[in-house]
Amino acid sequence: MTPIWNMARKEFSDGLRNRWLLAISLLFAVLAIGIAWLGAAASGQLGFTSIPATIASLASLATFLMPLIALLLAYDAIVGEDESGTLLLLLTYPLGRGQILLGKFVGHGLILALATFIGFGCAMLAIALLVDDVEFSLLLWAFGRFMLTSTLLGWGFLGLAYVLSAVSAEKSTAAGLALGVWFFFVLVFDLALLALLVISEGQFSPTLLPWLLLFNPADVYRLINLSGFDTGPASVGVMALAGDLAVPTAVLWLCLALWVVGPLAWAYWLFGRRAA
Amino acid sequence: MMPVVEIQGVTQRYGHATVLHDLNLSLAPGEVLGLFGHNGAGKTTSMKLILGLLQASSGQVRVFGRAPSDPQVRQMLGYLPENVTFYPQLSGLETLQHFARLKGAPMSQVATLLEDVGLTAAARRRVKTYSKGMRQRLGLAQALLGEPRLLLLDEPTVGLDPIATQDLYRLLDRLRGQGTSIILCSHVLPGVEAHINRAAILTQGRLLALGTLAALREEAGLPTLIRSSGLQRAALLQKRWSEAGHVTRRWGAQGLQVAAFNGNKLDLLRQLLDQENPSDVEIVVPSLEDLYRHYMDSPAERAL
Repeated sequence: MTPIWNMARKEFSDGLRNRWLLAISLLFAVLAIGIAWLGAAASGQLGFTSIPATIASLASLATFLMPLIALLLAYDAIVGEDESGTLLLLLTYPLGRGQILLGKFVGHGLILALATFIGFGCAMLAIALLVDDVEFSLLLWAFGRFMLTSTLLGWGFLGLAYVLSAVSAEKSTAAGLALGVWFFFVLVFDLALLALLVISEGQFSPTLLPWLLLFNPADVYRLINLSGFDTGPASVGVMALAGDLAVPTAVLWLCLALWVVGPLAWAYWLFGRRAA
Repeated sequence: MMPVVEIQGVTQRYGHATVLHDLNLSLAPGEVLGLFGHNGAGKTTSMKLILGLLQASSGQVRVFGRAPSDPQVRQMLGYLPENVTFYPQLSGLETLQHFARLKGAPMSQVATLLEDVGLTAAARRRVKTYSKGMRQRLGLAQALLGEPRLLLLDEPTVGLDPIATQDLYRLLDRLRGQGTSIILCSHVLPGVEAHINRAAILTQGRLLALGTLAALREEAGLPTLIRSSGLQRAALLQKRWSEAGHVTRRWGAQGLQVAAFNGNKLDLLRQLLDQENPSDVEIVVPSLEDLYRHYMDSPAERAL
């Protein structure tokens, strides 16, 4: 355990030193507060509307931001150390590759989790304090779930970043791949599903299509956050498919957790095969 | 006594290229081995095998009687890579603290080591601002964390000024006195002779020569040169020696050089002092560089 913590400690203090933690927290707080009060401007309203609407907007935003931040934070975790020569040194120390990887994950994961809870937590606090007759229990439940899933989503993309970092021979390659992965999961995947839906005129196995959503952690994340409201916001885009997806929320959570563990295990396997 | 490092019949291949051919090498406790050779001779590969960073294609590598990748082995081992680099954003002190934690070395050692390598004044500066020599010294301090029983130094003097190089050699002597085994991997360097017990010369993945310097000198049969100056009758002495079959050469205005092979040295010296009254005598034993060149030019090398 100690070697993992020692690795994590350095990653975490790096995050403090280069102000990543501060910057992400601030970004989340400002965006969340902005969305809470201005999110309904498009429909002609100003000010806080409802918790479900706020969460829906926040989730759409975090779907873009969280993966990007996680990928940026971790894409050079292995290839960067390799390029700078410190990986060679680390590998001669009494710690295994799994411990190096897990240490980095714990460090990066802590930064993401803290930034999420500080940033969005501030927004939650602002809503609780400034909005009259807000339902506290619902606010706490919805925001708690939102922050937890956002963290899990970020962790999943950390794992994907390590995968890229373990296969890339150069930092620039890893950066390019990271951008590609982000583009794929955040934009291309949903567009492809919609295209499939439109082109097949809804004939393509209507029972199978919704399940495909589970292959994208960003979609799983949004599914969880949109569920469970009595008066849900009207689902748009691929999220409308979710109506046909009859799985309990627990399965979605499990799916998101698998999206954390899976890439991490894959990265470990790839890292083990990487030449010293 | 159990050897610290034992390499038995190790062959290492990368794809089709064989970078080590049937290498046999062992290192005793408290012994300093110099590993010499050109770039690509297999020095770094040998080090990586001992460090457990590579798996030998065939043959066996044991360190402290265990597999090199054993965490317990790594605890007892210090490594200074060639052209060592660190995290630029950390200070020297933070760097050493980080590595001390990873190695499980006491924190109190950090300040002592910084002092030992002369980096105390720069300890709080970022490594980014360090010169090559300072990085090298920080790397050395890093290698000494946790008082390793085996030290692997890859080109440790690169970037060091002559005084720092002498400091390094003095440090190595002290460590050797404490029973630390050291493998020093290097291009052939003047001044290293006095600080190593044995030399190994590698070329194209083959061990060309291995032994103490005295043994290698004997094996190589290189002459010791006796140079005398301020002679009264240099020409006469030269004639006499040449007739006796010695190789001579005039050395300066009134000087003479004679090559002494296999134990002729003392005899020639005695003759010199009996027959002449030189103002100065210089005895030049074959240096490591001479030995290196000899082995590199040897038929065994040419046959490869």
